[in-house]
Amino acid sequence: MAFSTSGVDIRTRLQDLIPKLVLSPSIAAMMIFVYGFIVFTVYLSFTNSKMLPSYDLIGFENYAKLWALSAWWTAVSNLAIFASLYIVICTAIGLTLAILLDQKIRGEGVLRPIYLYPMALSFIVTGTAWKWFLDPGIGLENTMHLWGWQSFHFGWIKDRNMAIYTIVIAAVWQTSGFVMAMFLAGLRGIDNEILRAAQIDGASNWQLYRRIVIPMLRPAFMSAFVILSHLAVKSYDLVVALTGGGPGRATELPATFMYSYTFTRNSMGIGASSAVIMLMTIAAIMTPYLYAELKEKP
Amino acid sequence: MRRMSMVSSLVFGVFASPALAQPSVEVMHFWTSGGEAAALGAVRDKVVSQGVAWVDAPIAGGGGDQAKTALQARIASGNPPAAMLMLGQNIIDWAHEGLLGNVDALAMSEGWDAVLPQAVKDFTKIDGHYVSVPTNVHRTDMIWASKAAFDKIGAPYPTTWDEMNALAPRFLAAGIIPLAHGGQSWQEAYMFEAVAMGIGGADFYRKALVDLDDASLRSDTMVAVFDEMAKLRGMVDSNAPGRDWNLATAMVIKGDAAMQIMGDWAKGEFTNAGKTPGTDYACIPVPKANGQPGFVYLVNSLSLFAQTNPEAVKAQEVLASAIMDKDVQIAFNKAKGAIPARNDVDMSGLDACAQATAKDLAQADAAGTAVPTFAGTHAANAAIVGAATDAITEFFNSDETAQEGAATLADAILAAK
Repeated sequence: MAFSTSGVDIRTRLQDLIPKLVLSPSIAAMMIFVYGFIVFTVYLSFTNSKMLPSYDLIGFENYAKLWALSAWWTAVSNLAIFASLYIVICTAIGLTLAILLDQKIRGEGVLRPIYLYPMALSFIVTGTAWKWFLDPGIGLENTMHLWGWQSFHFGWIKDRNMAIYTIVIAAVWQTSGFVMAMFLAGLRGIDNEILRAAQIDGASNWQLYRRIVIPMLRPAFMSAFVILSHLAVKSYDLVVALTGGGPGRATELPATFMYSYTFTRNSMGIGASSAVIMLMTIAAIMTPYLYAELKEKP
Repeated sequence: MRRMSMVSSLVFGVFASPALAQPSVEVMHFWTSGGEAAALGAVRDKVVSQGVAWVDAPIAGGGGDQAKTALQARIASGNPPAAMLMLGQNIIDWAHEGLLGNVDALAMSEGWDAVLPQAVKDFTKIDGHYVSVPTNVHRTDMIWASKAAFDKIGAPYPTTWDEMNALAPRFLAAGIIPLAHGGQSWQEAYMFEAVAMGIGGADFYRKALVDLDDASLRSDTMVAVFDEMAKLRGMVDSNAPGRDWNLATAMVIKGDAAMQIMGDWAKGEFTNAGKTPGTDYACIPVPKANGQPGFVYLVNSLSLFAQTNPEAVKAQEVLASAIMDKDVQIAFNKAKGAIPARNDVDMSGLDACAQATAKDLAQADAAGTAVPTFAGTHAANAAIVGAATDAITEFFNSDETAQEGAATLADAILAAK
C-alpha cells in the first residue's frame, strides 16, 4: 500500500517537474543569449570599445558622439519616414484585402495563400527581386520602353530623395499579406449574431464596418501595429539587399548604421549605444502594449 | 555503451587524426572570386607540398567586412586562425592588441628586408616585427580605358585632368558614357583618393589623408579635388547608384563606356573577358600634378596570429616562406592581377600592365611618392575612413559645391579622430 502511494507521489512530482526540466535549457539559453547580451550591449555603450570590447567606462560620451553624427540623424529620420508609411500602408492594404476576402467569395482558399506567400520569402530575396524590378536599366522602366512607352520614367531607386520610398514599397509588398491574415482571423472571430442584429436595425454595409467591425478588430490592430513597428525598427536585410544604404547614404537605417559602426568601423562603443537607442524605441512601443494586454487579463 | 564509444571515437577520430598526423595552418580570407581563389591556390600547393595541411576558411564578401566580423568572433572565443587576410591599419591595430605573432627569424634568414619595398614593409613589419606576410601589391590610382571608345572619337588617352575633362562632351556626343562608375560608397572613396593624388600630388596626399592635417583638408587644393570630383560626377550615367564595380568594368569592356577609375583588380575582369592590354584596353595611371611619378598602393598580406604550440609556429613559418617564394609570388599575381610584393622577381611572365605598374612602384618608392591607400584603410583607421567615405559619397550623390564638400569632409574627419 505504502509502496503504491509513494509511486503515485513520484509520478505527480515528476509531472510537476518535467515541464520545468524541459523548459529550463531554453530559458537558460534565452537568459544568456537575449537578456545577457542586452546587458552586455548596454555596458559596452558606456565603454571606449573600438575594435574589440573594452571595459573602460567613459560615461555618456558615446551617446553624445552618436547624436552629433549626421549619419545617425539621417538614419533616424529615414526610420521615421519608413516606419510611419510602412505601418499605415500595410495596415490599410491588409485590412482592405481582409474585408474583401471576407465577402464569402469563391476561391478564397486559393487567394489567401497567394497574398500570404511573400511573407515566406526572406527580406534578402524580396530586396534583390525588387532591386532588379525597380532598376531603370533592366526592370520596369526598361520593359515599358521596350513595349513602346518611351516617356515612361521610374527611377526612384537611383534618386537619393525618393530611394527610401522604394524600401517602403518592397516592405509593404512583403508584409501586407501577413497583416491581411491577422485581420481575416479577427473578422472570423466576430460574432455573426451582432452583425445580423445590426442589419435588422437597418445598418448599411458601410456603417456596419465603420461602427461595429473595425472597432471590434481593435486587438488585431494592436497586434499588427506591434509586429509592424518592431519589423520596421529592426529592418536591416531589406535595405542591404535593395539599396545597400545608397544612393550615397540616403537609405541608411539605424540597424545598418549599428552594424557598420560596430563591425566595420571599429567603433563598437558608438554602435552599442545606437543599439541601445533602438532597444529603447522598441521598448517604448511594446511596454504600453504589454501593460494594456496584461491588465485586461485578471 | 560499446556503440557509444565507437561513435565517439569515430567522431573525434575524424577531427583529431589530421592534426595529430601532420601540422596544419588555418587560413582565413575573403578571396572567393575565381581569380582570387586561384591565386591563393598557388600558395596552398606550395604549403601542402611541404607536408603541412591547409585548412581553408573562406568568408565570402569582397571587401572583407564579413570576414572581419567572423575574426572578431573567433578572437573573442580565444580561437584565432593561424593566418588571416587583412588590410592596412587593421594589421597595426591587431598587432598593438598583442595578438599577432611574428616570423622575424625566417625573415632574417631569407633576407626580406632587402627585397621588400618600404611601402610594403610599412604594413607588414610593425614595430620591427614581421607580423604579416605580403602576397601582392595593388595600385588604386588607375584608369581603365576602352580602346574602341577612344578610337571612335579619335582621341589619345588623357595625360592631364584638363584633357580628361575635355574628352567628356566628345564621348557624350558619340553616344558613349565617359566614365563607367559603380555608385557604392567604397568605390567613390577609391575614386576620391585617386583624384586627390592626381590633383594634389604625394605631399598633399600625405598631409591631408595620412597626417589628417586640418589645414590641408580645408585648403584650396582640397577644394580643387572636390571640384574635379564634381566634374567626374557629371561624366557618370544616371543609372550608376548601387552598381557593382565589375558591372562598371563590363561597360568599359563592351565599349559602352570609355573609362573607369578603379584599382588594378579590375584587370581580372578584362583578362576573364579575353581582352589583352594595348590592343583592347589600356591601363593608364591617373594623371598626376606636374607629371611627377606617384603611386597609391594597397598591400595584401596574411597576418599571423600568435601560436603557443611549437608545431603550429613551424607550420606558420612554412606558410610564410611559401608566400615569399619567388615562383609562388609570380603564379599568385598572374591569377590575382596584381604585382608581386617582392621587388626582385622576374616580371617577364606577367602582362604589360603589371610590368608597367611594377616599374612605376619602384620609381615612386625611390622618389618617396608612393602613398598608402586611404579608402583601403592603409592611410587612416577604419573609423576615420568610414566617416570620410560618408562625406565623399554624400558629395558625389548630391549637388553640393566643392567648398561644401571639402568642409564636410574636414568636419567628418575631425569628429572621427
